[in-house]
Amino acid sequence: MASAPVTKTLIAWTGLLLLPPAALLLAASWGSGGWAWPFAADEAMQRVIGELRIPRAIAALVTGALLAQAGCLMQVLLRNPLADPYVLGLSGGAAAFALIGMSFGLSFLPVPLLAFAGSLLTMIIVFVLARGRGPWSTTRVLLTGVVVAAGWGAVISLILATGSDASLRSMLYWLMGDLSYTGLSAWWLLPLAAGVGLLWLRARSLNVLSGGELQAALLGESARARFWEIYVIASLLTALAVSLAGAIGFVGLIVPHLMRLLVGADHRVLLPASALFGGGFLVLADTAARSLLGPRQLPVGVLTALIGVPLFLLLLYRATRIR
Amino acid sequence: MMPSPDSPLVVEDLDVRIGPVDVVRDLNLAVGRGEFWGLLGPNGVGKTTLLKTFAGVFEPERGGIRLDGKRLDEHKRRDIARRLGMLPQHTHYAFDATCLETALVGRHPHIKPWARESRADRDRARDALADLEMLELAGRSCMDLSGGESRRLALATLLVQDPQVMLLDEPTNHLDPANQVTILNVLHRQVTEARKSAVMALHEVNLATCYCSHVLLLYGNGEWDAGPTDELLTADNLSRLYRCRVHLIDDGRQRVFAVAGGFDRRSGE
Repeated sequence: MASAPVTKTLIAWTGLLLLPPAALLLAASWGSGGWAWPFAADEAMQRVIGELRIPRAIAALVTGALLAQAGCLMQVLLRNPLADPYVLGLSGGAAAFALIGMSFGLSFLPVPLLAFAGSLLTMIIVFVLARGRGPWSTTRVLLTGVVVAAGWGAVISLILATGSDASLRSMLYWLMGDLSYTGLSAWWLLPLAAGVGLLWLRARSLNVLSGGELQAALLGESARARFWEIYVIASLLTALAVSLAGAIGFVGLIVPHLMRLLVGADHRVLLPASALFGGGFLVLADTAARSLLGPRQLPVGVLTALIGVPLFLLLLYRATRIR
Repeated sequence: MMPSPDSPLVVEDLDVRIGPVDVVRDLNLAVGRGEFWGLLGPNGVGKTTLLKTFAGVFEPERGGIRLDGKRLDEHKRRDIARRLGMLPQHTHYAFDATCLETALVGRHPHIKPWARESRADRDRARDALADLEMLELAGRSCMDLSGGESRRLALATLLVQDPQVMLLDEPTNHLDPANQVTILNVLHRQVTEARKSAVMALHEVNLATCYCSHVLLLYGNGEWDAGPTDELLTADNLSRLYRCRVHLIDDGRQRVFAVAGGFDRRSGE
């Protein structure tokens, strides 16, 4: 009786730890140029792998991990398992700024930088408007964020409707989430790991905060300060992810859910599990996005939804412990 | 009342208002070890607000609270949480944690941020669940519980927190008699055997006469009475408190207060 959950936990963590390296290996081996075992490739293929596939796969890994972490945090912040990293309008702000850059040909400003600026601006707008004098209010933050997101949605539609046909396709790809212009060196994994580690130190506080402000205060947290702290961290993680890869949907919503089913709701295991699975999952999705119909590339956001929706529905259908 | 070393919770010259309602004016109170205070008053009189003020999560107009001799606002939140805990009126669980995990959250103020719960902490959580007759639910999701189970789980979390001062906001609300007695017996043991101090808001006067050593009556206009239960809980005081006629029925073994609404169903008048 007692050994069954231990075995299950062991299998789950073995799988989670193996997923990112396995996904990276697949990403290195498979592409629109065909299959190639990375350790026995010719020189041309070595260059493709080292300069194109690996940096892009690392970017996918980092983005997926960021989104999954941000999703966990937003769900605690809003005490709502339906929250995703974009619910407060961060992707809308990023997209509006990125599209303005694309449509006005502001080529001296790189799109990721514009996107990051747009997210930060949204974060500040929501922060200032939602920060009343009363206690922390989930409803107030959520309402402010959702309305700001709707405003950005209108701006985005306006740009799309008035923009030139030439830039339309790249804009649409950006909106659906796309990693084709992104590449990161493997060094980026270090700050990511450090960030996950730091968050992990706060993980028990997250468990307390998910019981609400009163409960958190009664158990010794400065609840209000802690909530704003989570808001800022989650927003920064999301802004980074959005500026790397556009608005990739679904990862930030389903990965925390799947991991809750797999490892439970304790954030000390939920956060690292989400980072591993979110990263690995996005690498797989992006590899499929650039290889399946190669040389044509699909926006990865479409793939995350196409894979994620049935996977999520299946697990939800089979789960006995969720509502 | 003078603050004494034996009174972990001391209330000094406290004025509490919520909107237009005067909850208390000039409240002075010392809650000692081994004392079980009942907080009685009609709906909307501010019992919850007063408990929140005692817990330091609601600002009073005037006056203050001393916890172990030191003013609440001079304590860090974490220090308060090690000495004082509160069972809120409602607990709402947003995520699907097990009952054992939920109870373990009570250890939070006692553990360093980076440390994990020890075996002793887990044993404590299991003991609390066992005290509340829900050990067999330890692995169940906290979202799958009945009203009574949910209330007992919230109390288990408080027992695991193990504070000297326990503030209880209607712990028996909406519960059947068996659940009420389970919860109150556990609380009573905490107060008498472990010498804890408790302040409990409740509506059931007869539970107060059974379990509470002292009572604090809130009349709704800022006036209050505080003292030993046997002196204060009289039919006259209760009639004034609840603004309806309350009778005392004493059969020699037990004293029971009954509300007489002035209407008899059988005679129809």
